[in-house]
Amino acid sequence: MSTNGETIIEVEHLVRKFGDRAVLDGISFNVHRGETLVIMGGSGCGKSTLLRHMIGSMKPTSGSVKLFGEEITAMKEREVERVRLRFGMLFQSGALLASLTVGENVALPLLQHTAKSPEEIEQIVKQKLEMVGLTGFEDLTPDEISGGMKKRVGLARALALDPELLFSDEPTSGLDPIMTAVVDELTLKLTHGSHMTAVVVSHDMTSAFRIATRMIMLGHGSIVAEGTPDEMQNSPNPEVQQFIHGRPDGPIPLNLSQEEHKDHQQVRPRPFLGGRFRFHHKRS
Amino acid sequence: MKNYIQLNLSLLYWILIAPFTGQFFKIAPIFRQMVFIGVRAAPMVALTAFSVGVTLAMQAAHSLESLGAEMYIPDLVMITLLREMGPVLIAVIVIGRSGSAVAAELGTMKVSEEIEALQVMAINPVQFLVVPRFLAMMVMLPALTIFGNYIGILGGWAVCTFALDFNTAGYVLRALESADTWDLYSGMIKSVVFAWIIITIACNAGLTVEGGAEGVGQATTASVVQALLAMLVMNAVLTGIFFFAA
Repeated sequence: MSTNGETIIEVEHLVRKFGDRAVLDGISFNVHRGETLVIMGGSGCGKSTLLRHMIGSMKPTSGSVKLFGEEITAMKEREVERVRLRFGMLFQSGALLASLTVGENVALPLLQHTAKSPEEIEQIVKQKLEMVGLTGFEDLTPDEISGGMKKRVGLARALALDPELLFSDEPTSGLDPIMTAVVDELTLKLTHGSHMTAVVVSHDMTSAFRIATRMIMLGHGSIVAEGTPDEMQNSPNPEVQQFIHGRPDGPIPLNLSQEEHKDHQQVRPRPFLGGRFRFHHKRS
Repeated sequence: MKNYIQLNLSLLYWILIAPFTGQFFKIAPIFRQMVFIGVRAAPMVALTAFSVGVTLAMQAAHSLESLGAEMYIPDLVMITLLREMGPVLIAVIVIGRSGSAVAAELGTMKVSEEIEALQVMAINPVQFLVVPRFLAMMVMLPALTIFGNYIGILGGWAVCTFALDFNTAGYVLRALESADTWDLYSGMIKSVVFAWIIITIACNAGLTVEGGAEGVGQATTASVVQALLAMLVMNAVLTGIFFFAA
C-alpha cells in the first residue's frame, strides 16, 4: 500500500475561525506520497477553506499545516513561494488569466520559473494540452472555450511544472461523463505512474470512488468519517451513507449553515430607507 | 490605507531592489500596458486639450481686450496650459479612462480567482501585474501631458489666427517668449506625481476587491473618486510649493 510512503501533507489540529464561528474546528490528517485523498462534504462545510490553508493562502487561527515536512503556516510569502513550486493547483473555475491565450496560460509557470527555451516550452505546452484532450487549442482565448475546457486547461497549467502534489477543487464538475473519466484516468495515471500525490475536493461521488485511495468527509468543521473507498461504502455512519448516496432525508441538517450564518455573522435587517431616515424621524 | 502603503512598499521593492537580485522585470508587458494606458487615451486627450486651448484663448481674449492687452493672449494660454490645465486635465482623462480600467481589470481578476491562481503558481501579483502598469503609467502620463500641451497650444493658435488679429509667427513668438522651461518642468513633475497617485490607487482598489461583480463596480468608482481627490489636492500642494512659497 502507498500509505507506507513518505508523508507529504500533515495537518494537525487545524482551527480557523471567522468571527466566533469555527469553520474548521480541530482537523488532523496526513497524506502520503502516491495517495489520492478525496475530501467531500456538503456545501459550506469548510472544504474550500481547508484547501486554502493547505496551499498557504489562508493562515489558520491555530494548528499546523506541513507540506513536504515544512511548516507553511509560519512562513513568509517568499518562503511559501518556494514550496508552491512543488505543487500545482486546479481551481474550481479554472482561474485562467483572461488576458492570455490557452497556450500562454499553460506556458506561464514555465516562463516564470524555468530557463527553458521557447521551443521546449511550446513542446511541453502541446504535450500537457494533449494530456487533457485539448490538442490544437493553444491560440484560443479563455473566452472562446467552454467552462469544462477551461477547467481542463487549468489542469494542464497545474501540471506544467510536473508537480509532486496536485490540489484539485472540484476537478470534474461541469465536465461530461466521458471527460470526467478522462480526467480521472489522468489523475490515476499520474499518481500511479509518476508517484504524484493528489488532494481532490469533490462532490462527484462516481469520480471520487474511482480515484480515491482514501477519503475524508467533513461536516460541522471537523472530520465526520475517514477511510478507504470500501470502508466509506460500508460505513455504518448514517451521515456518510446519506451523502454518498445523495439522499435528501437523513441526519445531515440542511439549514444548519444558514442558521449559523445568521447567529454568528449578526446580520441585522437594514432599516427601511437607511439610518438617516430613522434619525430624522426620532427628532421630529 | 495599510494595504495601500504595503502596495507602495512592495512596488518599490520590485522596481528598485529586485532587479539587482536577478529578478529583472519583463519589458514586453510594459509596452503592452503603455499602448493600453497611453496610446489609446491619446484621441481623448487631444480633444480635451484642444477644447481647453480654445476656451482659454477665448476667455483671455474677452478679458484682455477690455484692458487693451490682446497681445498677451498667447502668454496666458501657454502658461496656464503648461503649469496647470495640461497636467490636471490630462490626469482627469487618464483617471477616468485608464485608472478605472485598471481597477476594473484587476478587480475582475481578483474575484475570478486569477490573482490567487498566480500566487499559487508562485508568481507575485505585484511583480506580474502592478509593475508593468505602474511603469507604463509613469512614462505615459508625462508623455500624454506634453502631447496635450501641444494640442492645447494649437487650440489657442486656432482662436488667435482665425478669430483675432494674430498671425502664426506672432502667436508662436509670443508664446515661446513668455514661457520659461520651468513652466514646462513644473508641469512634468506634477504629471509624474499624478501618475504615481493614479496607478497605485487604481491597482490597490482592484487588488482589494471583495464580493463579486458588485465589489468590482464599487472598487472602480472608489478608485476614480479617490484618485481625483488625491490628484487635485496634490496639485494644490505642488502649485503652492513651486509658485507660491518660493
